[in-house]
Amino acid sequence: MNTAEIQAIVTKHQGKPGEVLSILEDIQSRYSFLPEDALRFVADRTGHPLRDLYGVATFYKMFSFRPRGKHLVSVCLGTACHVRRAALVAEEFESKLSVRAGETTPDGDISLESVNCVGACALGPIVVVDGHYFPNVKKASVKSIIDRTRGGLDRIDPNKDPRVFPVEVRCPRCNHSLMDPAFPIEDHPSVRVTISFGACHGWLRLSSLYGSFTIVSEYETPADTVCHFFCPHCHAELLGATSCMECAAPMVPMVIEGGGIVQICSRRGCRGHLLDL
Amino acid sequence: MISFKLNGQRVTAEPGATILETARFFGVPIPTLCDMEGLTPFGGCRLCVVEIGDGEASKLVTACTHPVQEGMRVRTASRRVVDARRMVAELLLASCPQSKTVQDLAASMGIHRQRFRQEHEDCILCGRCVRMCSEQMMSGAIGFQGRGRERRISTPFDRASELCRRCGGCIQVCPACELRCTFNEPERAVCGGCANLSPPCVDHGQFDDMQCYMDPCAACRMSGA
Repeated sequence: MNTAEIQAIVTKHQGKPGEVLSILEDIQSRYSFLPEDALRFVADRTGHPLRDLYGVATFYKMFSFRPRGKHLVSVCLGTACHVRRAALVAEEFESKLSVRAGETTPDGDISLESVNCVGACALGPIVVVDGHYFPNVKKASVKSIIDRTRGGLDRIDPNKDPRVFPVEVRCPRCNHSLMDPAFPIEDHPSVRVTISFGACHGWLRLSSLYGSFTIVSEYETPADTVCHFFCPHCHAELLGATSCMECAAPMVPMVIEGGGIVQICSRRGCRGHLLDL
Repeated sequence: MISFKLNGQRVTAEPGATILETARFFGVPIPTLCDMEGLTPFGGCRLCVVEIGDGEASKLVTACTHPVQEGMRVRTASRRVVDARRMVAELLLASCPQSKTVQDLAASMGIHRQRFRQEHEDCILCGRCVRMCSEQMMSGAIGFQGRGRERRISTPFDRASELCRRCGGCIQVCPACELRCTFNEPERAVCGGCANLSPPCVDHGQFDDMQCYMDPCAACRMSGA
C-alpha cells in the first residue's frame, strides 16, 4: 500500500458529505480492491470507526476485499432477470470460466460476480461487462461475451469513431513540428518526444489521434511513473503550469497546428488530458 | 410544550421527545425489543410501531424514533398496529425461537402457535450489542456488515478486534444469543457444551484471538467441542 496515495485520496474528499463512499470508491478503482491497511489508514485519518467503514464496504457490491481481475463480469440475478432464467446464464459463466461467482480467473483476467439488479429489467437477463450492457443474454451467447471481454470491449476503432481525430503538434518552445511521418501509428504520423525517468532516457512516440492512447517507446515505462518530456529538437522540457485533474501529475503541453494547446498527463497509464482550442 | 392526542387523550410532551417516551410516561404500553435505556433509538425491530395520521394519510411509524409533533394523532392499539406488531413478533419468533425474550414477547401478544418455518438464527439484528459497544463501552469493536440476507454483526475483517476489551456488554444486552448460554436446543447449540451462564470468553485470558461474535465462539473452544 502506498500511504501517500491513500492520503491524497483522503485529502481530496475529506470534509465533504458522503466522504466515506467517495474515498472507498477511489481506493477501489486505484487498486481494484480495498486493502486492509488502506481501510485502517482511512479510519485513522477520517475518524470514522473501522467497523463503519467495513460495514459500508461490505454493504455495496462494488467493493471487494480481494484483487479483481482486469475485466469485471456482472450477471444480474434480480427478480426480472431471475424469471427469465438468469440463473442458467450465471451457471454457464461459472462453467465456462471455471470460477464461482465472486471469484477471479487464475490468470487475473476476468472477475465474475452476481448482482441483484442493474436497473435495466426490461432487457433481462442482462450481463454487464466493464460498463457495457449485454441485453437478453442466453446460455448460448455466454461464450461470445467472454471472447469479446478477453479481446477488450473498450477498444475503439480510430477510423470509425467520430470522437477520434488526428492533430498535428509543435513544440511550444522552439515551434518545431513534433510529427514523425517516418513512424506512423494507427496510419497517421506519430508524435515524437524524448522522455526520461530514473536512469532511462529515450524516445517515445504517441499516436497523433486525439482520443487514442497508443504509444510506442524505446524503454518500457513502469505504470504510474511520472516522466519528464522533452522536445527532441530544442531539448527543452515540455513543462506546463497545470497539473493533471485525474492524478495531479504535471501536464505536458504541445501546441496544435492551427491554434490551441493540447496537454497530456505525464504519468504512465493516466489518461488525463486537456484540449484547449 | 407540544400537545398531541395519544389514543384520543390530549397529552403534552417536551419538544424532541419520542412517541415511545411520552407513551411510557403516560402509562400506555408499547412493546419494544431493540430499544434500551441508555442507547440511542434504532428503530430496527419494528415492534413498537404505532399509527399516526388520519384515514388515507395514516401510516405506521416506529414510536422509538418518531419525535412528537404538535397536533398529531397517535394510536397505539388500532387494528392495523396490532396486526403489524403480531406479524413482526411471529417473524422474530420464527427466526429466533430459542430466545426467552422473544418467546415472552410473542406470548404476551397471544401468539401460541408458530406459523412460519423456524430458522434458529443466532441474531435478529436488533443492533443492541453494536450500540452498547460504541455508546456505553466506548469501544466500537463490532458493527453491522453486509446487506439483505447476508447482513450480520461481526468485527472488521472477522478477526479479533484490538478495540475489544472483552467487557461482555454485548452478550449482556443480547436478546437472542441466550441459546449459547442457556443450552436449551442441543443440536443447534453452537458450543455443544457450555451450559454456562457466565460467558467464558470474558473471564479467561486464553482467548486472545477469539470473540463471542466469531465462529466458532470462544466458549466452544474452551470446552474443546
